[in-house]
Amino acid sequence: MTGRQAPVGDWTTDFDHTDPTWVRDPYPIWADLRAHCPVAHSARYGGTWLPTTHELVSEVAYDTEHFTSRAVVVDNLRPTELDLPAPIGLAPPITSDPPFHAVARRMLLPAFAPKKIASLEPMVRKLCGELLDATSGRADFDAAVDYTQHIPVGVIVGMLGFPLEDADIFRRFITQVLEKVDLPSDERLDMFMQGEIEAYLNDQIEAHKEHPRDDLTSFLLEAEIDGNKLAIEHVRGTMILLMVAGIDTTWSAIGAALWHLGSHPEDRRRLASDSSLWPTAVEELLRAYAPVTMGRLVIDDFDFHGHRMQKDDWVLLPFPSANRDETVFPDADKVLIDRQENRHAAFGLGIHRCLGSNLARMELTVALKEWMARYPEFELSDPDAVSWSGGQVRGPRSLPVRILA
Amino acid sequence: MTAVKFKVTVDPDRCQGHNRCFAIAPEVFDVDDLGNAFAIGDGTVGDVLATKARQAAANCPEYAITVTELQG
Repeated sequence: MTGRQAPVGDWTTDFDHTDPTWVRDPYPIWADLRAHCPVAHSARYGGTWLPTTHELVSEVAYDTEHFTSRAVVVDNLRPTELDLPAPIGLAPPITSDPPFHAVARRMLLPAFAPKKIASLEPMVRKLCGELLDATSGRADFDAAVDYTQHIPVGVIVGMLGFPLEDADIFRRFITQVLEKVDLPSDERLDMFMQGEIEAYLNDQIEAHKEHPRDDLTSFLLEAEIDGNKLAIEHVRGTMILLMVAGIDTTWSAIGAALWHLGSHPEDRRRLASDSSLWPTAVEELLRAYAPVTMGRLVIDDFDFHGHRMQKDDWVLLPFPSANRDETVFPDADKVLIDRQENRHAAFGLGIHRCLGSNLARMELTVALKEWMARYPEFELSDPDAVSWSGGQVRGPRSLPVRILA
Repeated sequence: MTAVKFKVTVDPDRCQGHNRCFAIAPEVFDVDDLGNAFAIGDGTVGDVLATKARQAAANCPEYAITVTELQG
């Protein structure tokens, strides 16, 4: 997945978010950039900027006048007005700009509001319990492959009302979108043009039109904006958003949290003996291991703190780096599971705050609590064999563990 | 001697529905159907709930919450 590009020599002038060094451990790179080069630039991917401090990341996130969301995954495809119709974008509302953004988002918000999400908790707990049952009696297994990867995909597929056995189709599609970003542009375009996912979604949409159900697919087909049903591209785009934004991300967050607990016995034992720590621990793990780096495009040439940004330049928005900024988070590189002040930006900032944050937080909490109830004592059986995903979503894709008790 | 009162407010233009305040201090904050937060009632609380409200404010990523002491 990584290493297709030339190795990076200088992170201030030539960074690449798929470079193996970045993928393995990006935190020292970001710390150095925050201190010495808070707005880095690289010619890769057609020109990319990288603000790294909390202040600069916030500024870009709040600035919809100079930065557009019509493409959010930094890759070698140069977006054009033709293939990405602003302001809706390919996957509304994440790829939408104001004012359409608010309309598309408002339609979805009730389905992801806290009280609605709380009703899904028993379903998630049951799913986690069944996955843990399947590991029963095994001393060694891969927590990413056997546990974490199945949780969010099961939840999203269930919410959309798709057959659970189709989960592999989504995982393959998501990997293509999020991790194969360093493919040459013609190969990446070919990949999108195969149309497998569109055909699959069309079949599901037809099945739901014939037999409406109480799920998100039927909700999208019934939804109206200004008295009109949604365009089919909008329905498919939002389904794609839920898959791409709701699966890899939460899989990564759960995996990174288990990686921490497996390699930090003192935190694991504290959490096991004092359940009142759960709320702060979950937020701290989200802060320290925030999986998602967002993307933006520069709308038009302009000056950003003395840097000449040009139309259609990419901007990477590393919320995980903002979360390690010492000026906002004292002892930012330390994981303090009882941290009292924690304004972390793991779910972004501003109008594009992760729509599914309540769902993700609930899944993370339930998945960790169920794991700890079953396996309070475990360790990483081979820390060097842990592999992390490259690109804009970071989490363990292989996490070999050994159950100790 | 009267007990000190505090006024809790959520700036609706800043709140983006992170839901941290509702999770930390549900006695002080509630969320609407869209997930946006507001202070319960007129936002007036005593010192015990003001402490919880300050805890919520210290965890709001959008700096949307203020807790101020009421005079008189």
